[in-house]
Amino acid sequence: MLIDRIEAQKNPTKHTLVAIVENKPGVLTRVASLMRRRNFNIESLAVGTTEDPSISRMTIVIDASKTNAALVERNLYKLVNVIDVQDLTDVPSVVRELALIKVRISDAQHRGEIKQIADMFQSRVVDVAKDSCIIEVTGEEQKVDSMLRVLEDYGILEVVRTGRIAMARG
Amino acid sequence: MKLTGAQIIWESLLQQGVEVVFGYPGGAILPTYDALVDYQDRIRHVLVRHEENAAFAADAYFRATGKVGVCMATSGPGALNLVTGLANAMMDSSAVVAITGQVASHLVGTDAFQETDVTGVTLPITKHNYLVMNVEELPQVLAEAFYIARTGRPGPVLVDICKDVQQKMTDYEPITEVKLRGYRAVKPMGKQNLPLLLQRAKELIDNARRPIILAGQGIKHANAHEEFREFVEKSGIPVATTLLGIGVLSEDHPLNLRMMGMHGEAYVNMAIANADLLIALGMRFDDRVTGNLKTYAKNARVIHVDIDPAEINKNVPADVGIVGNLKDVLRQLTPMIEKRSYPAWLEQINEWRADTQAHDIMQVEFPDHTLLAPHVMRMIWEETNGECTVCTDVGQHQMWETQYFLHKRKNQLITSGGLGAMGFGVPAAVGAKLGRPQDEVWAIVGDGGFQMSIPELATIVQEKLDIKIAVINNNYLGMVRQWQELMHNKRYSAVEMWTPDFVKLAEAYGICGLRARTRSEAREAIRIAREHEGPVLIEFQVEKETNVFPMVQPGKSLNEMTRRPIIQPAALGGGMDFLK
Ligand SMILES: Cc1ncc(C[n+]2csc(CCOP(=O)(O)OP(=O)(O)O)c2C)c(N)n1
Repeated sequence: MLIDRIEAQKNPTKHTLVAIVENKPGVLTRVASLMRRRNFNIESLAVGTTEDPSISRMTIVIDASKTNAALVERNLYKLVNVIDVQDLTDVPSVVRELALIKVRISDAQHRGEIKQIADMFQSRVVDVAKDSCIIEVTGEEQKVDSMLRVLEDYGILEVVRTGRIAMARG
Repeated sequence: MKLTGAQIIWESLLQQGVEVVFGYPGGAILPTYDALVDYQDRIRHVLVRHEENAAFAADAYFRATGKVGVCMATSGPGALNLVTGLANAMMDSSAVVAITGQVASHLVGTDAFQETDVTGVTLPITKHNYLVMNVEELPQVLAEAFYIARTGRPGPVLVDICKDVQQKMTDYEPITEVKLRGYRAVKPMGKQNLPLLLQRAKELIDNARRPIILAGQGIKHANAHEEFREFVEKSGIPVATTLLGIGVLSEDHPLNLRMMGMHGEAYVNMAIANADLLIALGMRFDDRVTGNLKTYAKNARVIHVDIDPAEINKNVPADVGIVGNLKDVLRQLTPMIEKRSYPAWLEQINEWRADTQAHDIMQVEFPDHTLLAPHVMRMIWEETNGECTVCTDVGQHQMWETQYFLHKRKNQLITSGGLGAMGFGVPAAVGAKLGRPQDEVWAIVGDGGFQMSIPELATIVQEKLDIKIAVINNNYLGMVRQWQELMHNKRYSAVEMWTPDFVKLAEAYGICGLRARTRSEAREAIRIAREHEGPVLIEFQVEKETNVFPMVQPGKSLNEMTRRPIIQPAALGGGMDFLK
């Protein structure tokens, strides 16, 4: 473990693993339990259905400076309900995250500015109230991060991020 | 054919070839025990005295026979009592199927009487587990459970079955094929280029000058003894084994250096520390085997073959890592390598070995009243011609057994390795004796571990099992006392043990009880025990404060062992201080 960890520290990238799993009760628990038991650190975990109702897809992001991604991959692979695991880190792929951001509006002028910012990030204002609005943004995490930085000055009231989902290109 | 869930359980067990079930009944498993009445003529149910021992016995049964061990318990407390045994089977890769009753499906999640989330509790200590809430799924699930338990890297599988599922009827057809989408017995990551990896392994072997094979239990599971022996003899490479790998090659084979690691003999660890190539076969570089990883076999390249992809590169990085069944891998690798021998390397190892022999306490002529645990191990070995099956408990006696008993066969020694679970020895002997009734079976246990399994004496008597029990009584939790002596300045804390009169205790169970205080009494007692038909308990009162050496203390490198002191017979006389 130690030697692998040192190896991992040299390569401080985020790893994206995709696990194709059987859509059965308890599978998420099995994956979560594995992460805890092996002391693996995960940044995000997103689960959803696929084109096949009997299969779910998990996208797991690992900070390789803390955790050996190859070991995570192999241990996931061992689970009886896991059909396949792919490491998309070095594979050309589409990576997305969705976030909802609730921003404070303290005067009418802000409303226009926020609309403009949303446009610049190709995102949408999906709810408007008297003193706040909600923006929906999709993109790679960096895009969400920079949008959050820009909106900070107005006052961010609430944020929810889905965590990364990914798919290999082609 | 319409059957109840309970009948389906027994039919499935019969179909899987199960002959013995270790279990304990209770409310949520009652329908299954009711159905047992009609199957008793075909399946032997062994009523243990604590469910933990059902799991231990099932584990040992697997090790003794290679057939899946089965244990059974009721919901809640019954299932929870299996937990240590399941963890033991998980750590030591034993194929065990545990069947537990669960509250009726409509009560699941309501904190019903004796309801415990058993699949939740056992998730990290089983290879896989199931909660069955529909009787229609039951045949398939049971077939899957056996398949998963015994294939690939074996392990325990638990099937938790709701009480109403046991009662409901459904059509039953024996399941002949198991289809699992995500599970394959051998499942390398992605595509493995085996020919290329084998070629690289061959090159490493060709270029090695001080190679050593590290042999583990995976060889047993792959049933690859013959292939392994051929590989060893053709390659000419010496072998060190793990605790569970003991017996993969007869311990009197000239190339078998025997056990490595924390209490391995010094020359074995020296050979590993100085090797330029480690060929690790079916072992997992446990910390008890490697010592400090930073300094472990510093100059060695590593070939690692294991069926479990997650073991490769876990603790020790491999230059060549192969995921596969050892029988297949060795069949391909052996023809590729050259027939060789390593005279200079073996001579070096023999030099270290001579030094070890100088430290051997068997060389010392003690007075007759000095009875040491190693003497007992050696005498049992001698008296049984090294043929008996030994089940040990955990502690000093376990390590002395490995040092002073030479094993010839696989699974001649059945012991709790990865979990180190005290209380394993006696129930393991129950499982082993039922699996190999023709074998002479000895349970060698400490006074501490034995007191965890005394209730199983009743099982032994009830089942008429001819088991010989050697209780090594040092009136201490010996191994813990040793650590306190060596690492905590001899501040003994909660290690002194009062023990009952074990001879009277045995007699209370109707078991022949003997006591030995000297070496001649010890030999005599072993002889009497072997001649006596039926179970015998011998209490060996051994020197109280002796230590197991050599010892690689935690965090130390393999070659920084605390050695056995050299004892001059002339120094004898004043107590046992020289052994500390
Ligand atoms: C269930 C359990 N509890 C505690 C331990 C810690 N432990 C390891 S060895 C040992 C002492 C065993 O004493 P005894 O059975 O008398 O055997 P000895 O070491 O004296 O041969 C203990 C307490 C353990 N391994 N298992």
